[in-house]
Amino acid sequence: MTTTINWAAIDNDPRFQALHKRKTSFLWGLMIFSLIYYFLLPIGAAYFPDLFKIKVWGPMNFGILFALSEFVVAWTIAFIYTRRANRDFDAMSAEIVRDSNLG
Amino acid sequence: MKKSLWMGPSALLFMLTSQAALAADAGAVAPQYKWLTFAVFGAIIAMTMFVTYRAAKQTHSATDFYAAGRSVSGIQNGWAIAGDYLSAASFLGIAGLISLYGYDGFMYSVGWLVAYITVLLIIAEPCRNIGKYTLGDILAFRNNPKAAKIVAAISTVTVSTFYLTAQMVGGGVLVKTLIGIEYEVSVIVVGILMLTYVVFGGMKATTWVQIIKAILLVTASILLVLLTWGQYGFSLPGFLQAAVDNPDIQKQVAKLIGDAATNMTPAELGQRFLEPGLYLKNPIDQISLGLALVLGTAGMPHILMRFFTVPTAQDARKSVIWAMAIIGGFYVLTLFLGLGAAMNVTAAKISAFDPGGNMAAPLLAQYVGGGADSMLGNLFLAFVAAVAFATIVAVVAGLVLASASAMSHDLYVGVFRGESASSQEQITAARVATGIVGALAIYVGIAAKGQNVAHLVALAFAVAASSNLPAVFLTLYWKKTNTWGIVAGMLVGAGTAILLVLLSPNMTYPLAKVADAKKVLDGTPAAAAVEASPAQGGFMCELFASANCKKAVKAAAEAPAKPGAREKLAKAEGELATITDETAKAAKEKEIAGLKTTISKAEADLKKFEGQTVSMMGLEKPWFQLKNPGLISIPLGFLVTILLSLITRDRRSEEMWDELYVRQNTGIGAEAAHAH
Repeated sequence: MTTTINWAAIDNDPRFQALHKRKTSFLWGLMIFSLIYYFLLPIGAAYFPDLFKIKVWGPMNFGILFALSEFVVAWTIAFIYTRRANRDFDAMSAEIVRDSNLG
Repeated sequence: MKKSLWMGPSALLFMLTSQAALAADAGAVAPQYKWLTFAVFGAIIAMTMFVTYRAAKQTHSATDFYAAGRSVSGIQNGWAIAGDYLSAASFLGIAGLISLYGYDGFMYSVGWLVAYITVLLIIAEPCRNIGKYTLGDILAFRNNPKAAKIVAAISTVTVSTFYLTAQMVGGGVLVKTLIGIEYEVSVIVVGILMLTYVVFGGMKATTWVQIIKAILLVTASILLVLLTWGQYGFSLPGFLQAAVDNPDIQKQVAKLIGDAATNMTPAELGQRFLEPGLYLKNPIDQISLGLALVLGTAGMPHILMRFFTVPTAQDARKSVIWAMAIIGGFYVLTLFLGLGAAMNVTAAKISAFDPGGNMAAPLLAQYVGGGADSMLGNLFLAFVAAVAFATIVAVVAGLVLASASAMSHDLYVGVFRGESASSQEQITAARVATGIVGALAIYVGIAAKGQNVAHLVALAFAVAASSNLPAVFLTLYWKKTNTWGIVAGMLVGAGTAILLVLLSPNMTYPLAKVADAKKVLDGTPAAAAVEASPAQGGFMCELFASANCKKAVKAAAEAPAKPGAREKLAKAEGELATITDETAKAAKEKEIAGLKTTISKAEADLKKFEGQTVSMMGLEKPWFQLKNPGLISIPLGFLVTILLSLITRDRRSEEMWDELYVRQNTGIGAEAAHAH
């Protein structure tokens, strides 16, 4: 099957290039944001302990809130990615697949 | 024929477990309630045997065996990933860390979830689109297939062996602590069960065992949290306030921070439990571990393999979403389990059973059910113990399947037979390889009895992050990556990670052990006041030992001499003779017994390390200062792959780029689901 498809042609298709561009910048953005947000937790706990000790809701301090927010942020990133992939990326690649007569 | 094969393992199991019931003498479950535990165990084993029986009937081809016929749905795969990932270490270990150290235990759990963002964004879908059964298949797509499969197999077996050893040894110890089954017996039972699932049912059975385990684990945790949190009216501040006001938590904090506790009010001590710094003390080590988790999970062969079981890339995406919801939700629950155990069971009791805290969740279950003497309490404990057991089996099954497929599919079929094996031959090879890996796992589990294997889990993640992830990531996303790059990068990345751990504080250093034992026995002499002095030598000293390095010293007041255990014992024995009050006498006797145990432990250490001065690597003290090597070995793995790819040429790697890149993004030509 590999011989019958001109991969380079699909690769050069402007629609594939558009998919590649949108996907790359979107994924890198999310990935870098999530890494930075994650590493803020151990760095903050080690170097800004006084900030983590500030009480915000009864005995609940900033540190606990921040650690809980890590979970919320991880889920939100997963949600944002999935929505975008389901709506945009899947449709874009489906179109390319259809036109390559393989769908 | 099939029937008799089936009866074999279950009959043997029955013999082993009933024998174990007779031999059982210690453990958290009281002897009169052991039957309850075995009943719950039996029910779970019967359930998993049933799904294995059904799976075995449907396993006819290599695709069935390695990838469950690609017929697992996204939701099912999400549950199976959670079942594969939530090992006993994270299920019992993190709840234990929270119960002993509060906030730091919770902070530790975060990285295990964030790891799945990497899996979701860059690994899951492309791997489903271009992969077949193994890590080796992904790397072989555009690199030299034989070379790629050989290094992938080496790396897969290495990573899985580290993880497997930790699971087998940890599991054996855990089952002994819970129900008093002999260590060797539980290792053999785990091994035989896991072999039965994988050899007969392949990936289908493994998937269902993992799903069952994940559902049991989540059910048990939700139930425990409802019962624990319910006492505080489901109010979060109310729950935390109860923790802060709890005298046992205050006592635990005072014990952890030592002299610093003298000027603190009880309320401050309790609040301190919810603040960082009681357990994780070296931020650079934490960042190193965090890096290994976040990048290593995506390079774990047994996790990668799960994405080949779903029909499409969209299902792979869906399965990560479900896995993240289950895994994250579970870790949030552990906050309640850990704090609940600290309040109701107390840190002192938890660490008396197991210093690592693994008994926190099981003992909490016993408590909320009505305590150690109640039927319901012991039923809950039995249930949690059975879930822990199912956990070990499910995780081990996934690991053995990953190693066995690297050996049979990558090495035997791919390299040795040049991809020309018939379907029947492939499936036989896979079953034989499973048998070999399983037997080895049992052997290693028994041989490593009593060894400290806790660092092996972190090492497995570090090797996966330094070797597999750079190779997979760069093969998928960087056009210039080639065979030379990934082969060199994987060998250097894995080798560096292993070498650094061998030179790290994880190893045993006899001089330090002897000094500690002497301190316990003879106490410490009076010390003069110390003036504060800053650290010298800069950042490199945080990583490597050298003559120019000096650690920062905190100012300390003059310290009086502290008596050793021997002196304390003599004094206590002298006092015992003068005590007439019965209760005071009993307390003194208990103190004396405790001191005697401490002394005999320290003396055993002294004897064990007598005459030794260096670790197994010939070092008197660690050269590498971090417990986790990721900070060095991960960038090195990437760097070597990139450099070698830039200075060498490999035509196939270049020519296949267009096809790989189009296929990983569009799913054209992806391995189709197998219809039955």
